[in-house]
Amino acid sequence: MKHPEGLIYSKEHEWAKIEGDSATIGITWHAQDALGDIVFVEVPAVGAEFKQMEEFGVVESVKTVSNLYCPVSGKVTAVNPELIKRPEIINEDPHGQGWIIKIKMSDPAEAHKLLSADEYESLLAG
Amino acid sequence: MLKRTPLYEEHLALGAKMVPFAGWEMPVSYPSGIIAEHLAVRSNVGIFDIGHMGVIDLSGTETLAFIQYIATNDASLLSENECQYSILCNESGGAIDDILVYRLKDRYRIVANASNTDKVLAHFNEQVKKFAGINIEHRSGLAMQSLQGPKAKDIAPELSGLKHNHCADWKGMSVSRTGYTGEDGFEFFVPKENSVEVWRGFIDRKVQPCGLGSRDTLRLEAGLPLYGHEYNDAVGPLEVGYSWAVKFEKGDFIGKAALKNRMVGKKLVGLKLSEKAVPREGYLIKVGGKVVGQVSSGTFSPTLKTPAALAFIDKEFSRKGQAVEIEIRGNLYPAVVSAKKLV
Repeated sequence: MKHPEGLIYSKEHEWAKIEGDSATIGITWHAQDALGDIVFVEVPAVGAEFKQMEEFGVVESVKTVSNLYCPVSGKVTAVNPELIKRPEIINEDPHGQGWIIKIKMSDPAEAHKLLSADEYESLLAG
Repeated sequence: MLKRTPLYEEHLALGAKMVPFAGWEMPVSYPSGIIAEHLAVRSNVGIFDIGHMGVIDLSGTETLAFIQYIATNDASLLSENECQYSILCNESGGAIDDILVYRLKDRYRIVANASNTDKVLAHFNEQVKKFAGINIEHRSGLAMQSLQGPKAKDIAPELSGLKHNHCADWKGMSVSRTGYTGEDGFEFFVPKENSVEVWRGFIDRKVQPCGLGSRDTLRLEAGLPLYGHEYNDAVGPLEVGYSWAVKFEKGDFIGKAALKNRMVGKKLVGLKLSEKAVPREGYLIKVGGKVVGQVSSGTFSPTLKTPAALAFIDKEFSRKGQAVEIEIRGNLYPAVVSAKKLV
């Protein structure tokens, strides 16, 4: 499976890795594959707050631009510093090195509204 | 139902991402990605399936007069086996399509954009009524392939003596030294039954397969207009800066009167950006808060490693070096006007 177990997924093709009340967020393997070579990520400042599925940034590939939606509500605690110099790490390792932001969740129960890896892959197979 | 070129299965086997384009199912990129494909063409050699392009042959005694009437350039200047860029204008001086016109031994050949082929054929069928004995033949049995890059001549050394904008016979097909990337290269008119063999011949020699994604970034960096972006019904050769392809002295042609009187307030220029946000088609260009133009094509330039664009901009602000701002998602990003040819 291209989308690892243990992460949870949004229908807008973001993933979240939940550890306590912290969520690490990125875009899925499928999303980066559909976008192609990623050249720029516009990210929020640390401290910014988002509601679940609110837009938090954009990702630009050579071909197109796509909005990023925050899969869980909360406050940004970190932004991946590597993305400024090497946005292509999202293509290389979308679920690992290519993470985009970390969020301190305001409502951890929201995670249940997201999809498991199996459910996400079924959605893609649609 | 989308049309497929004879190379459809080859693209799937190479892992291409297929997309609908102008009624065709075409590869947008291969697993190597747009940037790698682009850079292969700039520094080495790549092969494109352009089997979606329209190839239309015109023959009969009044063919030259017909072409002179429908297209803006002067086809009487062509020698046998030579080709030229030209524009099919409408009466108001906008563009129906931009084309290549080939003079072959016993006929002329037009290569039209895939998205415009049906419209061009309908236009020809209408206009041909003013002429006698012209045969219009849509050569759907030919599927073009384009070999592009500084090392294209090493892949086909027998063709290294072929002059630019000239054509020759090679391995049973016509080939011209033309392209749409800003690099040296060759375009092959391949009979469909030979398409797979010709394509594999290139792939087996490690030529990079390239999709429509890199075709677009390459032409954009080279400042080459694309119909639907830099041309449309209302925007023609004068706005694009291609008055060199409009020959007023050759006699009457469709759009001549309108082009002669046309006031062109905007000019097509290149724009270079220093920050990473990418300008896209339709984004506004501002100077001192005032809108002075609009992006017609924008991308991330793999060669410059920065975003870049083609844009129509008020003449007053179109000089090289002019500082402007591009509005991207509500924020203004600095850009500098450059020549259309960005690299």
